[in-house]
Amino acid sequence: MDVDKLVYDHPELGKFKVHRSAVGAPEIYELERRRIFDRCWLYLGHESEVPEPGDYARRVVAERPLFFVRNRDRQLRVFHNACPHRGALVCRSDRGNAQVFKCFYHSWTFDLSGALVGVPDIDGYGTGFHREEMGLRSPRFDSYRGFVFVCFDHGTEPLRDYLAGATEYLDLVADQDAGGMRVIPGSNRYSIKANWKLLAENSIDGYHLPALHRSFVEYLAGIAKAAGRSVTTDGNRRGVGRSLGNGHGVMENDAVYGRPIALWHPSYGEEARAEIRTTRDRLIARHGLDKALRICEKSRNLLIFPNLIIADIMALTIRVFQPTGPAGMEVTAWELAPAGEVGIRLRRRLDSFLTFLGPGGFATPDDVEVLESCQQGCRSGGVEWMDLSRGLHREPRGTDELQMRSFWRRWQSLLAGTPHVEQYERGLPPDAVPKAIPPPAPTAPAD
Amino acid sequence: MANTPIRDRPVAAGLPATADSLLLQHEVEQLLYLEARLLDDWNLDAWLRLYTPDASYVVPTTDLPEGDPRCDLVFIDDDRDRMEARVRRLQGRHAHREYPWSRTRHFVSNIVVTAVDGDEVEATAAVAVWRFRAGESAGYVGRYDVRLRRVEGRLRLCGKRAILDHETLSDHGALSIIF
Repeated sequence: MDVDKLVYDHPELGKFKVHRSAVGAPEIYELERRRIFDRCWLYLGHESEVPEPGDYARRVVAERPLFFVRNRDRQLRVFHNACPHRGALVCRSDRGNAQVFKCFYHSWTFDLSGALVGVPDIDGYGTGFHREEMGLRSPRFDSYRGFVFVCFDHGTEPLRDYLAGATEYLDLVADQDAGGMRVIPGSNRYSIKANWKLLAENSIDGYHLPALHRSFVEYLAGIAKAAGRSVTTDGNRRGVGRSLGNGHGVMENDAVYGRPIALWHPSYGEEARAEIRTTRDRLIARHGLDKALRICEKSRNLLIFPNLIIADIMALTIRVFQPTGPAGMEVTAWELAPAGEVGIRLRRRLDSFLTFLGPGGFATPDDVEVLESCQQGCRSGGVEWMDLSRGLHREPRGTDELQMRSFWRRWQSLLAGTPHVEQYERGLPPDAVPKAIPPPAPTAPAD
Repeated sequence: MANTPIRDRPVAAGLPATADSLLLQHEVEQLLYLEARLLDDWNLDAWLRLYTPDASYVVPTTDLPEGDPRCDLVFIDDDRDRMEARVRRLQGRHAHREYPWSRTRHFVSNIVVTAVDGDEVEATAAVAVWRFRAGESAGYVGRYDVRLRRVEGRLRLCGKRAILDHETLSDHGALSIIF
């Protein structure tokens, strides 16, 4: 299979297919490591995780151990977690507060800005040794509204340009509280025995909610019914899918559940109504009606290429997945909340999260199961292509697949080194229309 | 950061060995063994009957075993209503990671009664669960901190906090069974 022919992209024929080797072939995975994960901006963490000088957090991003820290000037610093001397990990806890980082091998010591400040028996080094050259090394890093990213390629565009249209949706998260947003202590760490791109797709797939997550929908409907109310379980709720450039995409739908920020649901109880109205009024005063109602009433699943999801649904979650092979990934998810939210409001948010999300929630385990199932089915043979043509013939809805196609187009161009054009589809902005639609391929792939 | 002992539970080495405390120990053990058997038999309606109407079932995340569901992210924070919803979900055909049900074996040991206060009893136990399904096996290891109450002469569970020893759920992908 040619590496530039893994995505069959012909909207004019009503066809969009991805070859199954894209989600299982070891040689594709090796190419992805170099051409995608070594080149793209990758999510590292959130600034709120290290609020005070000396606070640090440790991560593995694209198989590279890294850590980030707030220094004495309250600036964020990101380091490769490797002693410049012999390479031992210098940060050996997942989080904490430190005055300095001391390597446990030879006791070389680094300050919070990475400078080498202590070398035992330094007289043993001659004129070729320069302490100022032996500080901790940093990858490129930058942040947008609290979200911190790293990039291992100096040729990649700046973060703001890379994020393209995704910044509008990050703003809709960051603007939910005048005091900013914070990551709640505790994280979900689990694995899925499936290719990482299947979770990218699944996280922005609105089509599967009423089918796969039927037990969740029934759970909410049961609570509403007990409270003497009816709620919609309609899978075709109003919504849109959008391509945001550079492979980023979003689905934005009417919420069928409550939103702790400011959309009441019977599961919150009557006593929550007044306070949710107050929050709505405050958001309307600050952002105007249109933006405030989007924040309150719409759910959004945002994919930032390649491996970051921000799901602003019945709670707010940051989900990042690190591939561990062609058919495996490690997932970490955090909960994000308005920094000023405390007491019963925070409790309600935490509770809302757990109804759907996480390894013990009423929906996430079903996603894990179905992605592992897809991975197994892909090995079966017989079916060579995956179909992602839903909604090609109409204005893209939230339950269609435009946002997934945008991901695959970017993936294909990076993998094959071909130019990335935002392929024309109905509903895309005019500047996304390419100058010429590629001619149809002579033969459509057989299924 | 220095290693520090876990201080979030009493370290009392159990109660004095009186006839009453031996009977209580036996009762607590039998209740936890019964719970383990009902869970392994997927007799979840009977499992629910071991719990009081004000019961809670909490599982903290693996990276924050001391997590408080009022202000931290946890895996599970069920009140009685959600315990019942969890059971209904597991009994249906749409809890896909448990349809068909996995085979499990809950082992409960190291049971120590740590406090008695009127009708209420606190106890701690070690637990290991083997789970087999779809050609795979994985174990969950951890401890229970339970609160029990005597209701109409019988001990019932009114709170279970199940704390996993794992660093992550990388071996499991989910916590789809009742731990």
